[in-house]
Formats: sequence, structure tokens, C-alpha cells
Amino acid sequence: MNGEPEVHEEFEARLKAFEGRPAAATGVGRDPVNEPMIRHWCEAMGDTNPAYTGPDAIAPPTMLQAWTMAGLTRRPERTAAYDELLRLLDESGYDAVVATDCEQEYPRPLRPGDEITFDSVIESVSGLKTTKLGAGHFVTTRTDIRAGGELAGTHRFRILKYSPAHRPKDPTPGPAKEPRPRPVINRDNAGFWEGVARHELLIQRCTGCGDLRFPWLPGCNSCGCPEWDTVEASGEGTVYSYVVMHHPPFPAFTASDHAADAAGPYAVGLIELAEGVRIVSNVVGVPYDKVRIGMPVRLEFRRYDDALVLPVFQGVTR
Amino acid sequence: MNAGDRLPSLEIPITRTLIVAGAIASRDYQDVHHDPDLARQKGSPDIFMNILTTNGLVGRYITDHFGPGAVLRRVAIRLGAPNHPGDTMVLTGTVEEVVEEADGGTATVRVVGTNGIGKHVTGTVTVTVPAGAGTAPAPGGPS
Repeated sequence: MNGEPEVHEEFEARLKAFEGRPAAATGVGRDPVNEPMIRHWCEAMGDTNPAYTGPDAIAPPTMLQAWTMAGLTRRPERTAAYDELLRLLDESGYDAVVATDCEQEYPRPLRPGDEITFDSVIESVSGLKTTKLGAGHFVTTRTDIRAGGELAGTHRFRILKYSPAHRPKDPTPGPAKEPRPRPVINRDNAGFWEGVARHELLIQRCTGCGDLRFPWLPGCNSCGCPEWDTVEASGEGTVYSYVVMHHPPFPAFTASDHAADAAGPYAVGLIELAEGVRIVSNVVGVPYDKVRIGMPVRLEFRRYDDALVLPVFQGVTR
Repeated sequence: MNAGDRLPSLEIPITRTLIVAGAIASRDYQDVHHDPDLARQKGSPDIFMNILTTNGLVGRYITDHFGPGAVLRRVAIRLGAPNHPGDTMVLTGTVEEVVEEADGGTATVRVVGTNGIGKHVTGTVTVTVPAGAGTAPAPGGPS
């Protein structure tokens, strides 16, 4: 990236010069508004709104931008100015793109048969911004979408053209995911982990006095008897207490294990099982700030990597 | 429909299928929405949901609640934490303002969609609900 402030000022002045210039001119929708594309959209979104089917169907309003998309074809409507702006950003290292904002207004509904035309203007190009993804420039465009010449929608769209902060050096294997710490398995708790491998959460039961105990111990806290057998937990429980871990971030414990790069806060729950004993585990499927004492949870076995399956608790929000 | 009303939450499992189906239905073939290797080359841990799908889900959340008579006037969203496969997004909404009209009312609803790593989407939706349309119970999830 351009390190010298004066150099960057000059670069930003070049970017600013694109403001107000057209981004797309006399664009024509590849397809008229049509029932199959509406149906495919509703299928993907799980949207069963009857307004989008039948003889009086309208297109889902939020589908507005889809009617302007080029798919895998060239965009003949894209202006030289917009191409030039994107090329300038690409060549300066801001070659990755992500959409950040979408603001739409729907003055009139679109219906099957409507022929779409649109034009677009570069509204603004921001100065250099530092984001979690990397440093870059926001580019905002505004598009007017017409049906039969009549304004049907306006669409303000903002993208971030950025230089990725976490660009992998070797692109093939992807960033190595930080693995979760391994459990320490010994003679006293091996039976518990054998149960987990079979997707059974086993509670120890003293054969002397019948008391249930967890975590696993060599002897009974109540009567001292060393003999025991096990009871399989039903899997029902409630949050007895919890803490939210904010700092320091541990990518291995991020709530979404598929987004290991982003180590956000996560909830650690003390779960009281229906059988009466308590276990420390993660509460999953509920945002960390929505976990509450008394919240019902259900046992689930989650695979974290090739060698690690853990019992976790799915929050039951309703 | 009153200012301060909270909409029932809607939980959306973010599957790889949903991300790809949403991208195709919106005619968005950017590689980061279907190709994990190319997504990683761009610094993302996996593919992620495109903004058009998020927009569609926000629209659905509102019309599921206010019923088929509800007319979307404006949807403005901002994306934050990406929706990656395996996560779950929980949409919640709060009615911020209601303007009563002769034949119904127009509500401004603040919508937040939270996933395992933070706020995926924040935004506002303006929706006109005809008088008597009431609020429909939210139908079941997408799958």
C-alpha cells in the first residue's frame, strides 16, 4: 500500500474524481420479471408468502437487485468510469471485495412480465479505512430500477474494496485452524470419554449409597465407597449459571467453529442436568449474549475435528 | 402493532446449501459465495452468505410476521460478522415507530441478525400493514 501520506492524498484525489460519474448506463435486465426466478428465490429463502405466487403475484421486493445481475455474462451496461475505478483499486492492492450496505426503496411492486431497465451512478468513494478485513476504500453506488420506464426501485449499494489483512501465503491448504485443547484422559475418567465416543453422556452412580456424581471421581463424596456404575443422562438440562468469555480471544473456542479466524465472545455454561448433577460445557445455537440462567438446553454431541467429539448443549429458545 | 413491540425471533441455520442456493437464486456468482478454496485465498475462513440472501431473509422475517398483506416500502441493511456454514443466525426485530393511516399503518422495524461470531446484519425495514391484517404467526423454518 502507499506509505507516503502525500502519495496517498494524491491517490485519494484520483478516487474522489469518480464521484458523480455513471457506473452503469442504460442497463437492461437479462430476463423480464418472471415466475421461475421468483420461485427459485422463495425456495432458497424459505419464503412461503402467498403474495409471491398465483395470478396476482408480485416479486419479493428484496429481490430487486437480482433483476439487474449479469450472472456469468459480461456487463455491457457497466461504464468505462466504473471499470477504471475498480481497476485502479485492484492495481493498488485493494483487490478483494465485500458488500457492506444495501438500502432499497420500493415505490411500486414488480410483477411477472415487467421489463427492467436501470442506470447507476458512483455516489461516493471513501478515504482509506481500516477494517477487520483489511484496509480499503468504500465505494457507494446508487441505482434506479425501472419497469416499463416507471421507477420501481432505488438501490444504494456499498462495497469495500480492500487489501486482505489475512492473506494466506500458501493458498492451497487454507489457514491452519487452531485446534481445541485435548481432554486429559486417565484411569478415573476413561469410562466417561468412552461414553462420549458412543454419544452417551455417562454419570457415575455410587453402588454403595446410590448418589450420582459428576465430574467423575474415584470414590463417593457422600459415603466414601469406591464402587460405582453409570447412568446415561437423558440429555435434558437447564443453564444453572454461565460466564461470557470476551478477552483474550481464543479462536478454538469461537462459537462458530467454521469461522476460526474470527475469535468472538462465547458463553461457558454450568448446565444442571435433569438427573441433578452439573457439567461445564458450551451453550451452542444461541448468541452468547442471549444465554440466560434457567434457559432449557438439550445435549448434543459435536465433532470439532478428526479426533475430538464433545458433549455440548443446544439452547432451546422457544 | 405498537412502537416497542418485539417480533418473535427467527432462527436460520446457515448451511452451505442455503449460502449457495441464495447466491444462485440472486444470480451472484462471486467465488467467495460458493468456492471455499478461493474464499480462503481472499482471507476468509470459508464461503460466506451474500448480501442479497441476507436482504431476502430480512424481508421474509418481516412479511412472515406481518402477513401476506404487508407491503415492504424500504429495507436498509448493513453487514458485519459474515455468515459461514455451520453457524446459526437468529433474527430479532423491534418496532421503533408506527405511523397510523386511514387504511392501516406504516411501521419502522429495527432488525438485528446475530450469529456465533457477532452481529451479521443490522438494519431497518419500513412496512405498511393494512388495517385488520394483524400479525400472522411466524411459519416454520426454511427446512
